[in-house]
Amino acid sequence: MEQGELILKLRGVSKQFGAVTALKDIELDVHAGEVVALVGDNGAGKSTLVKTLAGVHQPTSGTIEWCGTPVTLDSPGTALALGIATVFQDLALCENLDVVANLFLGHELNRWALDEVEMEVRAWTLLQELAARIPSVREPIASLSGGQRQTVAIARSLLLDPKIIMLDEPTAALGVAQTAEVLNLIERVRERGHGVILISHNMEDVRAVADRIVVLRLGQNNGVFTAETSHQELVAAITGASENSVSRRMARKQGEVA
Amino acid sequence: MSGAQLDRADTRVRHDEGLSGALRAFVDRVRSGDLGMLPVFIGLLLITLVFSSLNPVFLAPNNLVNLLFDAAAIGLISLGVVCVLLLGEIDLSIGSMSGLSSALVGVLWVNSGLPMMLAILGAVLAGAAVGFVYGFLRNKFEMPSFVATLSGLLALLGLQLYLLGATGSINLPYTSPLVKFGQILIMPAWLSYLAAILPGALMVFSGLKTMKRRRDANLSSPGLSVLLVKAGVITVALIGCVAYLEQGRGVPYMFGVFTLFVVALDYALRRTQWGRSMFAVGGNAEAARRSGISVKKIRLSAFMLCSSLAALGGVFAASRLASASQQAGTGDVNLNAIAAAVIGGTSLFGGRGSAWSALLGIIVIQAISNGLTLLNLSSSLRYMITGGVLAIAVIVDSLARRSRASHGRA
Repeated sequence: MEQGELILKLRGVSKQFGAVTALKDIELDVHAGEVVALVGDNGAGKSTLVKTLAGVHQPTSGTIEWCGTPVTLDSPGTALALGIATVFQDLALCENLDVVANLFLGHELNRWALDEVEMEVRAWTLLQELAARIPSVREPIASLSGGQRQTVAIARSLLLDPKIIMLDEPTAALGVAQTAEVLNLIERVRERGHGVILISHNMEDVRAVADRIVVLRLGQNNGVFTAETSHQELVAAITGASENSVSRRMARKQGEVA
Repeated sequence: MSGAQLDRADTRVRHDEGLSGALRAFVDRVRSGDLGMLPVFIGLLLITLVFSSLNPVFLAPNNLVNLLFDAAAIGLISLGVVCVLLLGEIDLSIGSMSGLSSALVGVLWVNSGLPMMLAILGAVLAGAAVGFVYGFLRNKFEMPSFVATLSGLLALLGLQLYLLGATGSINLPYTSPLVKFGQILIMPAWLSYLAAILPGALMVFSGLKTMKRRRDANLSSPGLSVLLVKAGVITVALIGCVAYLEQGRGVPYMFGVFTLFVVALDYALRRTQWGRSMFAVGGNAEAARRSGISVKKIRLSAFMLCSSLAALGGVFAASRLASASQQAGTGDVNLNAIAAAVIGGTSLFGGRGSAWSALLGIIVIQAISNGLTLLNLSSSLRYMITGGVLAIAVIVDSLARRSRASHGRA
């Protein structure tokens, strides 16, 4: 597969919280137009890694290279200014404001006389590029479904045209149809040439959209896989054992077939 | 036109066109609990019916002129309350602040001989300083505004009593412009009528401009008929009010100035980044913070604005009474100002409201108090009834909130 330009490169990134080593010698590459899934069990260090990239935590050691130059992400503002946008799990939308207001929150056009028409046009244009199905941008967020809210949150992070967007469990609270909608959206974001880091517990979702699957285990890299990797192999990498209930059931099934 | 309009591509949504559509959308909104100003208008209608049937003087033009004179001071205070309520905060010291500010004007202007305008400016700056302290306490120590302003209530009252000293009250000179402003100055008829026509004209002007821009941008726009009917209704209603008041003394300058403040705050809240940030912080402070809004600055600005407006309201009250006394700002001032904002439709829970709620709310409160006074009822009964009305307003607010939640309208 042809790869876009290398945007983000982590080498030997470690993070200590007192006596606890949350991350150890993490390596991670993200290219333009690529979806990298970050999977791992609870406590594997996914959240710590995301927070490090979002500028919330500073790594204890290791280097982060951005488009070939080493950078320090010392605050969320720095990360955002570089072009790393994060959509956290709780979305952080204002339910009393409409979609346009949420998309442009903090970046309104024309601060002394808000340009509602221009903002609405840009909102619709962006949502159409993402083929997002939002019925009306003038309804308060409270009237939207979970999937639509996720869409608004992702669209908002794209408004500043970041190079990489990180999605933390975007499908965790969604139904089947809405999950499909968000996965479609992720593909569209990739087509626009952004790098996507997707954190998820759902192996189906991950294998549906990810180009590469990076497995973390106990704060360390535990292999890089592709979407073709079997479910069993992934679970083995995540749990660190090939002998578990999933593999046992799989073996039983294969035994029945044979 | 090429293809569907940008905002009309989704076929699942019913789009209400024209006048009947606008009406249907309004009914839908009210049903889902988005009541807006509706309860106020209904309340006002009820009050008018009851009081005018009990005592016809209630509706006499000059009585209404007096009512507007009385409404301006507490209305201004209530305008500040709207700002803090939008953030989900509260300021309980507004009454004391207004009393302190009237005392300051009395001391600085009458006793010390400073120019009048300078004394007023001093009082307003003192208000801003007090608001700064509240904002600082809230931001730095996470001190709930409820407690911070409750202690402020006592402290400011103490300062007011200290300033007024043993005599307890300072009379403002009767011939001064400040007292005239509070008691007799009436807008000339032409100015009142102009002020009545202006809103409708501005609505049509800006509405046409927006319509053209939306059409050029391939967005749908509400029909011309809706715009014209809205502007027409507002203009006719305002001209009717002014014509009625002109049969008496006319529209007080004091009320005109108050309305000007309401219009200014309304613009700031709806059409500027600051206003948008206010609603965002009131709706979800964490989301606002992550969007890069300085939540602390917004809070500081709201508290400072509230206390400054309370101080200015105190100056208005002093000019109305022609004195700065120990009683200024005590009693029901606090409650009336907060009640006016809530009755007008600003939510106690933050994130919902409008500057106009202060104006409409204070007219309701003043109408009740005026009507009861005309019936020769004692203040004991007045307090009880105003308290009851506030309770009803909060109940309506809570019920509407629950209904909005179940209809997915936050």
